[in-house]
Amino acid sequence: MQLIADHIAHAYGPLPVLDDISFTVGPGEVVAIVGPSGCGKSTLLRILGGLEKPQAGAALVAGAPPAASLNPLTFVFQDFALLPWRTVEGNVRLVLEGHGLLQAVVADTVRDVLARTGLTDFAKAYPKQLSGGMRQRVGIARALAARPAVLLMDEPLSALDAQTRELLMDDLVQLVSAEGSAEALGMVYVTHNLDEAVRLADRILVLSRRPGRVRETVTIAGDRRARRSDDPELVRRARELWDLIRADAAEADRELADGEAING
Amino acid sequence: MVDVAHDVCPAATADKRPVTFRGGLFLPRTHRLVGFAALVALILLWQAASSFGWMSPVLAPSPGEVIDALRRMALSGELATHLSASLVRLAGGFAIGGTAGIAFGMAIGLSSLVRSPGATLVAALFPIPKIALLPLFILWFGIGESSKVATIAFGTFFPMVIATYGAVDNVDRSLVRMGRSFGLSSFAIISKIILPGALPGILSGMRIASSIGIVLLIAAEMIGANEGVGALVLAAGNLMQSDRLLAGVVVLSLLGLTVAGVIGAVEKRLLAWR
Repeated sequence: MQLIADHIAHAYGPLPVLDDISFTVGPGEVVAIVGPSGCGKSTLLRILGGLEKPQAGAALVAGAPPAASLNPLTFVFQDFALLPWRTVEGNVRLVLEGHGLLQAVVADTVRDVLARTGLTDFAKAYPKQLSGGMRQRVGIARALAARPAVLLMDEPLSALDAQTRELLMDDLVQLVSAEGSAEALGMVYVTHNLDEAVRLADRILVLSRRPGRVRETVTIAGDRRARRSDDPELVRRARELWDLIRADAAEADRELADGEAING
Repeated sequence: MVDVAHDVCPAATADKRPVTFRGGLFLPRTHRLVGFAALVALILLWQAASSFGWMSPVLAPSPGEVIDALRRMALSGELATHLSASLVRLAGGFAIGGTAGIAFGMAIGLSSLVRSPGATLVAALFPIPKIALLPLFILWFGIGESSKVATIAFGTFFPMVIATYGAVDNVDRSLVRMGRSFGLSSFAIISKIILPGALPGILSGMRIASSIGIVLLIAAEMIGANEGVGALVLAAGNLMQSDRLLAGVVVLSLLGLTVAGVIGAVEKRLLAWR
């Protein structure tokens, strides 16, 4: 299944946030979206996942979702969004409930995704007992349980410390490289971290400052499993990206929350 | 390698002094035993004051006399009569007021249609001292049980509404968004995300509402009842039976503690995840 951004534009009141964004994500592809804060990255992702309606353009899907998919477009959130009163297992189970699945199927799915995310031993733990990295693994396990076609990742590693981020990045690389079929996972990965973008993405959409436009699309070739974060080539590419958005980021930093610029 | 200087304590600096401690954070510790001892000490002091004749036995009976009065009322079955009458009223009123309050609070918390009119009405009616409405309820429902139950129901309804919709408002919207993003039905979102998320607030609302319920119960029983702990206390006062009066007060104190204890136990069980 493909997810298509078709000339999406959006504004909050008089404040334009997105302008004419178009791209396509297919199975096995990772598209990263980077840009200065306030460029509408997260808004774009919410529009793609149907959580917000764009003012112009549309988010479209084409082709069949994976077999038995419960939720073809599935989010992984920056703040994890786990239910604190449910165990790890219960949080995963949440997205399997209400679909009329057999108990055995539910139990198998839960066991499978917990194993894939290294959470088997933590099945009975509550979120508050877990480290940030483990909590996000629960978020990823829950997303996988819904058998998505495309994962919509909203700054999934941004709430984590640098070391945990590195560990989870390795896991994400494995995750999207696992299958090569038409059922393979696609991913839209919103981040402000350029190193993450070059590690994971096939294509990187660089958005300009408000309103966010596609300033450039950068292609990163090569198997992402072979990429290392200290690879000089990747470091150079990240540097290039930073040069692209640096001026915008500096300007965004000096802006008030309501989008007004300080004059004088 | 990083060079580490081991010059920990240079000899040249003669006037060494410790850094001032600034870590006192007003974090009092709790000692269960000390709290209990304070209670016992108070009762002993009271007993001593009576025994040494510092207080008039008619106006302020000793703890021993109060306990004796309690024992006699328990043996004669008088206590059971009054207490059961009170409990039935409290349970009935709180069940009606609490259930309706939670339902209405949920509606205010979830629906734009209900919110503005509902919240305004609640804000306008909440400050009325509900006991002032008892005469009206007596006109409407008669002097019997219904008017007392209605007063308690009405009095517990408002705090429950306010607690419930406040609790619903406080449920993390990112959890609701998560539920939506996974395609959960509205019913599933309300029952599996909003209700459990609001439960801590609803339960603490129950603590407040139940204590308001007890106040209204006693007030209503003092205005027009033959049975009930409130009626017992009032009658004992009229007859200058201060030992029976205080025995009734002790029963009320225990009733309040028991209700709070039951809610605490429910909290402990349902909110173990905290």
